[in-house]
Amino acid sequence: MLNKSLSKKRKGFEVLMKALMLLSVGLTVALVLFLLIYVLGQGVPNITWELLSTKPSYLTERIGILPDILNTVYIVLATLLIVLPLGVGAAIYLTEYASNNKLVGIIEYAAETLSGIPSIIYGLVGMLLFSNSMGTCLMAGALTLVIMNLPTIMRTTQESLKTVPQSYREGAFGLGAGKWRVVRTVVLPGCVDGVITGCILSVGRILGESAALLFTAGFAHAVNGIIDGLAAPGATLTVALYVYAKEQGEFGVAFAIAAILMVLTVLINFAAALVQKHFAKRRSL
Amino acid sequence: MLLGLITVCCVLLITVYLVISGIPAIREIGLVNFLFGKEWASTASDPKYGILPFILTSVYGTAGAILIGVPVGFMTAVYLSKLAYPKVKSVMQFAVSLLAGIPSVVYGLVGMLVLVPGIRKIFNVPDGASLLAAIIVLAIMILPSIIKMSITALDAVPKEYEDASLALGATPIETYFKVSVPAAKSGIAAAVVLGVGRAIGEAMAVMMVAGNVPNMPDSLFQSVRFLTTAVSSEMAYSSGLQRQALFSIALVLFLFIMLINATLNFFLKREKE
Repeated sequence: MLNKSLSKKRKGFEVLMKALMLLSVGLTVALVLFLLIYVLGQGVPNITWELLSTKPSYLTERIGILPDILNTVYIVLATLLIVLPLGVGAAIYLTEYASNNKLVGIIEYAAETLSGIPSIIYGLVGMLLFSNSMGTCLMAGALTLVIMNLPTIMRTTQESLKTVPQSYREGAFGLGAGKWRVVRTVVLPGCVDGVITGCILSVGRILGESAALLFTAGFAHAVNGIIDGLAAPGATLTVALYVYAKEQGEFGVAFAIAAILMVLTVLINFAAALVQKHFAKRRSL
Repeated sequence: MLLGLITVCCVLLITVYLVISGIPAIREIGLVNFLFGKEWASTASDPKYGILPFILTSVYGTAGAILIGVPVGFMTAVYLSKLAYPKVKSVMQFAVSLLAGIPSVVYGLVGMLVLVPGIRKIFNVPDGASLLAAIIVLAIMILPSIIKMSITALDAVPKEYEDASLALGATPIETYFKVSVPAAKSGIAAAVVLGVGRAIGEAMAVMMVAGNVPNMPDSLFQSVRFLTTAVSSEMAYSSGLQRQALFSIALVLFLFIMLINATLNFFLKREKE
């Protein structure tokens, strides 16, 4: 009934915009579905137990991605182990201790700048800074990733610290607790979910990272324990994908890795969504 | 306090390192020759280090990606923020964050095997690895950031504005495009700038589909090299002046990014006000 009274021009606008919107949404949906189905369809048939459990051998012309999987695990662990204390500590300082607003502003601006820098530049600086002194190795890659992920951990921790009610802190102070004790017993437990969200986001970023690792962590495929592994050069799954696809033309292996990465991405997104839901529920209590 | 300063130190360290390692080559080659030289032949006996082709390629590639990615992302965001059922919205937001989480090498791989042969067949050119392929991949890669940020901006528009417009007899669609969108324009502008930053900084996916030959980007079907890929493709075997020139390219890229960051902050600040 409303539409009848509209002029032709307005009706045209209405129809055009609706069509454009539906077209765009359709395009986005189609894109996601296509990527998922294509990559999984091409990749899953290529995933064999042999591929997952062996290392590449030129003698038997066999390709295995076990070293790449291990390297990925090592680099994720090493990065998180270093970045967590740094990021959480910085966030606690910024929200609980800092009294100099100018300094806080500068630090927050620096964190924003860091998160905008492309990964290839991290790779280059990481190469100059870490690989030149300790050689191309997973540890150099991990340290580069620490700088990359610092802003993420800082931001998510800070956000969840801000949701701890001020009255909790005042209550603890009122009972005679010192600053550090309040932080340790009241504030820290309150920001656990923020830290977890930050960890999940960081793991996702580390898994997907390639440009920053190519020149810092190298692309060897040797099976090592975690200590030796961190001191030796090694490719993570993404770097291995790049090398197999671009340099060796092994598209089957590349798609197998892509499928694994895709599944991991879906899982990580699920986990992040779950934690966020939990977070929102708790906040509304 | 010390921990907080680490972030500042990181930024300073990166800046200082890039400037220190980037300046010598520019000095040796000459700023004008470096920035506006049309030829890059780093391994020739008479090496030439002009990065104009890389700069233009990065600018064209980013502009192309924005041209395709922004309208699609913007329209999707308006639909999801204003018209979609809550269930549809949450499923779609999950799909969009999935799109954001897919590693860039996977985009590169799919682009290499679907887009590149596709372009070769459809446009009947000898090699599909081209500026066009890179533009399409970049447009897809910036889509999630544009959708996400635009939705946030559109969701923040006060309901009263829309109610007032509806009460005056505007249809819902007219309200969304003529009231909500202008009200959210700073946020949407920030989304576009963020997209620009993503596109100009992307290396691996572009490296896999753009063909990686240092040509001037004269046509969409030319095999080209971006600023990012110029750095990564020669780093492994470079030395001496060639290596220093690569650092200078990184410095140029860094300056671009800083400029984009400053613009982004400008829009974000306005959005807050």
